[in-house]
Amino acid sequence: MDFLTLLQIFDSSVRLATPLLFACLAGLFSERAGIFDIGLEGKMLAAAFFSAAFAAISGSVWVGLLAGIGASLALSLVHGLASITFRGNQLISGVAINFLAAGLTVLIAQSWFQQGGRTPSLSGNARFNEITLPFADAVRDIPYFGPIYADLISGHSILVYVAFLTVPLTWYLLFRTRFGLRLRAVGENPAAVDTAGISVLRLRYSAVAICGVLCGLSGAYLATGLQALFVKDMSSGRGFIALAALIFAKWRPWYALWACLLFGFLQALSLRPDAVEAVTQVKVPGQLLDALPYILTVVILAGFVGKAIPPRAGGEPYVKER
Amino acid sequence: MSDGATTGGAASVAPAIELKGISKAFGPVQANKDISIRVMPGTIHGIIGENGAGKSTLMSILYGFYKADAGDIFISGNRTEIPDSQAAIAAGIGMVFQHFKLVENFTVLENVVLGAEDGARLTPSLAKARQLLTELAEEYQLNVDPDATIEELSVGYQQRVEILKALYRKADILILDEPTGVLTPSEADHLFRILKGLRDEGKTIILITHKLREIMDVTDTVSVMRRGEMTATVKTSETNPSELAEMMVGRKVLLRVDKEPAQPKGNVLEVENLSVVDEDGVQRLKNISLNVRAGEIVGIAGVAGNGQSELLEVLGGYRSATGRILLNGEEIDLTGARSDGQTRRARGIAHVPEDRHKEGLILDFFAWENMVFGYHHAPEFQKNPRFMSNAAIKADCEAKMERFDVRPPIPSLAAKNFSGGNQQKIVLAREIERDPDLLLVGQPTRGVDIGAIEFIHQQIVALRDKGKAILLVSVELDEILSLADRIAVMFDGQIMGERLASETNEQELGLLMAGVTQGAA
Repeated sequence: MDFLTLLQIFDSSVRLATPLLFACLAGLFSERAGIFDIGLEGKMLAAAFFSAAFAAISGSVWVGLLAGIGASLALSLVHGLASITFRGNQLISGVAINFLAAGLTVLIAQSWFQQGGRTPSLSGNARFNEITLPFADAVRDIPYFGPIYADLISGHSILVYVAFLTVPLTWYLLFRTRFGLRLRAVGENPAAVDTAGISVLRLRYSAVAICGVLCGLSGAYLATGLQALFVKDMSSGRGFIALAALIFAKWRPWYALWACLLFGFLQALSLRPDAVEAVTQVKVPGQLLDALPYILTVVILAGFVGKAIPPRAGGEPYVKER
Repeated sequence: MSDGATTGGAASVAPAIELKGISKAFGPVQANKDISIRVMPGTIHGIIGENGAGKSTLMSILYGFYKADAGDIFISGNRTEIPDSQAAIAAGIGMVFQHFKLVENFTVLENVVLGAEDGARLTPSLAKARQLLTELAEEYQLNVDPDATIEELSVGYQQRVEILKALYRKADILILDEPTGVLTPSEADHLFRILKGLRDEGKTIILITHKLREIMDVTDTVSVMRRGEMTATVKTSETNPSELAEMMVGRKVLLRVDKEPAQPKGNVLEVENLSVVDEDGVQRLKNISLNVRAGEIVGIAGVAGNGQSELLEVLGGYRSATGRILLNGEEIDLTGARSDGQTRRARGIAHVPEDRHKEGLILDFFAWENMVFGYHHAPEFQKNPRFMSNAAIKADCEAKMERFDVRPPIPSLAAKNFSGGNQQKIVLAREIERDPDLLLVGQPTRGVDIGAIEFIHQQIVALRDKGKAILLVSVELDEILSLADRIAVMFDGQIMGERLASETNEQELGLLMAGVTQGAA
C-alpha cells in the first residue's frame, strides 16, 4: 500500500470520526454529570434531519445548523425533564427518544418533501464545504509533510475542525474550571454538591443542554458535511458507537479522541476493501469490514477491554434525603 | 472558660444560636413541636434523643434543608432566614453529616473547594485553598494530605476533611451529626480533642448523638429531645447518664445489662482456619479460629469492615470459604451444594443479620410473611403437601409479636411501617423462637431506641441462660462489653486477641481494634 492510499484512508478516518467525536463528547458531558444517555443516536438523527431540511428550505447551511442544534436540544430537555425533574428511568427515556426520532424524522420528511422520507440533495451554500487552509497548495510538493498538510489536515469542513477543538476545550472546562469541578462532582456524589449549597438540578440541566448542542453538531455534520442530504436512519448506530467509544475512553476527553479516531479508521477501512486486501493478501469480505466497528462496539460494551468505572451516581436520580 | 460563657455571660453575650418556637410537621407527624433552645458561643452543646425524636429534623431546619412551619432562628442575636444550605453557610453554620458528603475520587483539596471556589478558574482557587488548609491544619491539629483522594483516607481522616470543609467556609457554628458512629475509640478521642480545641478558639459546636458517654465526656451543656419536643436543657456537669436516659425515654432505663456470670458447657461452634477471599480478590478473613460454647455469649468487636460481616455470612451459609466449621462436633459443608441458609437453619443455626433492611426483612412484605421466612417449610405451616397455611402463619406471628412486645402487634402491616426497634424485634422473634443451638447476631441494636435495646439485650441473655450458644457481632463497644462473656477483637480479617469481658476494658479493646498488639503497645 502506498503512502497516498494510507493518507486517503486517514483522511476519511478523520471525516468519519467527526460525528462520533461530537456525540462522544456530548455523552461525556451528560454522563459525567450523572445522566446516562443512550439517546445520543436519536438526537443525532433528529439533528441530521432538521439541519438538512432547514438548509434545503432556506438555502443556508447555517440556518440548517441552528435548526439541527435546536431539535437536538429539545430532545435533550425532554430527557432532562424525564430523568432529572421527574426522576424517571434514564435508559427508558433514552430508548423512547431513539424511537421517537427514528419515526418522526421520516414522517416529517415525507410530509414536507414527498421524496420517500428523505430531504432534497443539498448543494452550494446549503451544505458545509471544504475549507482549504492557507499555504495548502504552496506546500503540497514538499515530500510527506506537504501531502499530510494539504490532504489530511487541510480540506475539511469547518465542523471537523470544531470537533477536534472541542476536545481540548472539554478537557479545560472539566478539569480546570469551577463549572467542571462541580459537574464532575454531581456525577459522583450529588449530595456533596447539594450540601455545598449548589443546585444539583441546574448543573445537571446544563450538562444535558451541552450534550444536546454537541449532538446537534454531530447530526448536522452527518447530513450537511459528510453527506449532502438526510436519508432514513442515516445515523446508523453512530450514537451507540460513540457510547462505546466513551466507555472505551473511560469518560476522558483525550482518550475519547483516540477512541473515536479508531472507530473512524475502522469505518474508513470498509470503504477501501482493495487496500485491506493489498495489505493482508486475503480477500476480506466487504460485509466483515462493514461490521468491524460494530463488532468492536459489542466487544467494548461487553466489558472485554479493561475495567471502566462509570461516574458513581450515573443513572440514579437525585433525591434529597432527610 | 466555657463554663463562664454558659452561665455568667448569658446576660451580656448574645447566644450563637437561638431557636424560638420552631415547629415542623410532615403530614400528620409532628417532627418538631415548639422547640426553643439557646446555644452560647464558645461552648459544646449536646443534643441527645432517641431515633425519631426530631434531632435531625431540627438540624436540617438550621441547615436550610427544611423550612420550619413556625418559629424564628436567631444567629448571634440577629433574626435570620435560612431558606437553603447556601444561606446557612453564609450565616456561618457548617454541618458534618453522619454519612459524609464527600466526592470519593476527588482529592481533599477539591472536596474542600467544591462550592466555595474563588472564581471561574480552578487553579487559583486550589492554590488559595492549599494555603488556607495548611494554616487550619496547624491551628486545629487537622492534618490531612491535601492531595490524597478521599477513597485513600481512613474514615477518621475523611471526617477531618468534612470539618475542614466547614472551617474553609468560615463556619463559626459547627454541627456534628452522630460523628463517632464510624470511628474507633481512639479516633473518637482524637475528634473530641479537636472539638475542644475548636471550642477554645471560640467556635460553637453542636453535637448530636445518642451515646450518653460522649455527652458526658465532651459537652458543656446538653439538651434532651423526646417525641419532637425539647424536654430539658441542663449543664452537663450537673447531670448523669441515668438521669439523661430517663429524660430521653420518659421512664427509668437499665443501662447495664443485668446478667449472671455465664455457665459455659461444651463447644457448640468450632471454627478452624477459616479464610475468605472476596469477589475482588481481597482476602477478608485470614485463618480465623474461634469457638463458642453452650451457655455463653461470644462478642466480636472491631471497627466495621474488618471481616466481621464476612464471618457472619460464612456461618450463616451465604458465602463460601476455606477451613473447617464444626457444629456440635459435626462438620458443616462450606462450599458444596448443602452450604446454604436453609441447611444451616435445619441444623440449628439461627441468624439475625447485620442489615435488617437488606438481609433480615423484605420491607414491602407483611409482618407475618417476614416472620416465617426461612422456616416456611416447617410442617406446622403447611395445610397439605402443596400449600402453606396462611392462617397458621398469621396466628403464629401474632403470638410471637405479643411475646416480643412488637408494636403495633398487627401481622398484616408491612415491615417498613414498623420502627427500627420493632423491625428488629420481628427478626429476633423469628430466629430465637425456633430454639436454635447457635444464634448469630449482627448489630442487634443498630438504629434501635434505648427502650427497645434493653428488651433485645434481655432476650439474648435469656437465650444464653437456656444453655444456647450466641455469637454477637457489634461495632458498639459498649454493647459488646456489657453483653458478651468473652470478647474476640477483629482487625483486618484476623482475630487480634481474645479477652474475658470481666477482665478487660475499653482501652485494651480499643488498641486491639486499631490493630495494635500487646507487644507493640
